[in-house]
Amino acid sequence: MTQLTIPQSPHEHPEHLAHHFESLQQQYDSGKLGIWLFLTTEILMFSGLFCGYAVLRSLHPEIFLYAHRYLSVELGALNTVVLIFSSFTMAWGVRAAQLGQTKLLVRLLTITLVCAFVFLGVKFVEYKNKWEENLLPGKFYHPEEPPPGGEFLKLRGTDSQSVKNDKPADVKPQVTAGAVGERSTIAPAAIGPTGLSEPWLEGKHHGRQSWSGPEPDNVQLFFGIYFAMTGLHGVHVIGGMIVIAWLIGKARKGVFGPDHFAPVDFVGLYWHLVDLVWIFLFPLLYLIS
Amino acid sequence: MIQKPADTSAKHDSTHSALGHVVPLWLLSAVFGALLVLTGATVAVAHIDLGNMNLYLALAIAGAKATLVILFFMHLFWDRPFNAMIFIGCLLFVSLFIGIALTDSRVNDASAVGGQGSAMRGVHVPLGGPK
Repeated sequence: MTQLTIPQSPHEHPEHLAHHFESLQQQYDSGKLGIWLFLTTEILMFSGLFCGYAVLRSLHPEIFLYAHRYLSVELGALNTVVLIFSSFTMAWGVRAAQLGQTKLLVRLLTITLVCAFVFLGVKFVEYKNKWEENLLPGKFYHPEEPPPGGEFLKLRGTDSQSVKNDKPADVKPQVTAGAVGERSTIAPAAIGPTGLSEPWLEGKHHGRQSWSGPEPDNVQLFFGIYFAMTGLHGVHVIGGMIVIAWLIGKARKGVFGPDHFAPVDFVGLYWHLVDLVWIFLFPLLYLIS
Repeated sequence: MIQKPADTSAKHDSTHSALGHVVPLWLLSAVFGALLVLTGATVAVAHIDLGNMNLYLALAIAGAKATLVILFFMHLFWDRPFNAMIFIGCLLFVSLFIGIALTDSRVNDASAVGGQGSAMRGVHVPLGGPK
């Protein structure tokens, strides 16, 4: 890459070069460094949610095995393809901007924006279904139907069996505790506040005797994770749509070209990151087996 | 003052622009095709029961897709190595973050403590609290 020369007079500098940069190349590299740093903060933010997902799934895989069947793999896959296609048109758009192909750039950016709308539309349908079926986080989780197409008897059977055998009331304190592998004599905190936890341990908390489907405890956590992760991702999609719409306005005026494509490039990098997050969300939420 | 080549507006060199690398269209299309194939693959293998391997296979495919997007759509293959260092450094911190959290979340396991920690298998202390 060639270093571009410093302008001799302030009036002769390239049109898009800000005064505090020595050259277009330096300006471009600085911008790119900035956007990569921004992307790392984005990744770290999402990693908090991925971390929560990993801890929950490692401790309670049954919740994920059970609840993911409520999600539609078809809609998730459709959205994956839509987002990958929009990433492709965005990458192509950067190329068009670099080559000064203004009309093509406007067209590609428009396709990208339309894809984002389609993505959000599909997401809206999914959220609406979850809302109507009361598949929501926390206390708002009270579905009337078990998830389709599962053989959950095995799962719940082993679980309730172990609940029966291991429930804290049956555990007798052992004086000999302390040897390796022995149970602690410390009473479990779960039966400390009397009356709170016992009914939960007995499985009475379900309150959904209308269907006998074996359901693991705390399925609402899956929907907490689901809405937090797809929601934060959706907010990023909306943010991306705003900047892409801004780019389209600029591109129509023909401001982008070989010397000035950085805004398209940087928005593109952000948009690819949004795609990257979804690439991981799709198998982790929809394709559990 | 930058002198533009005479043919700038008409025809540009398809691999070089003044500032960054121009990715050829065939490569973008090939990456797009590969991403579609891998998406199909990840849906397909989800229907095969491989036990624990399902999760790792799904993550491996997602990792492959992410690598393609980062290297070619995001230009990191041709970019300055410093940007790649920042990105890889970020991934290192993410793996530390999730890795250490995962080992820590196993501390209350029955075999580790021998008590009745909330994470003990089979006890099922509710995480959400009563309604």
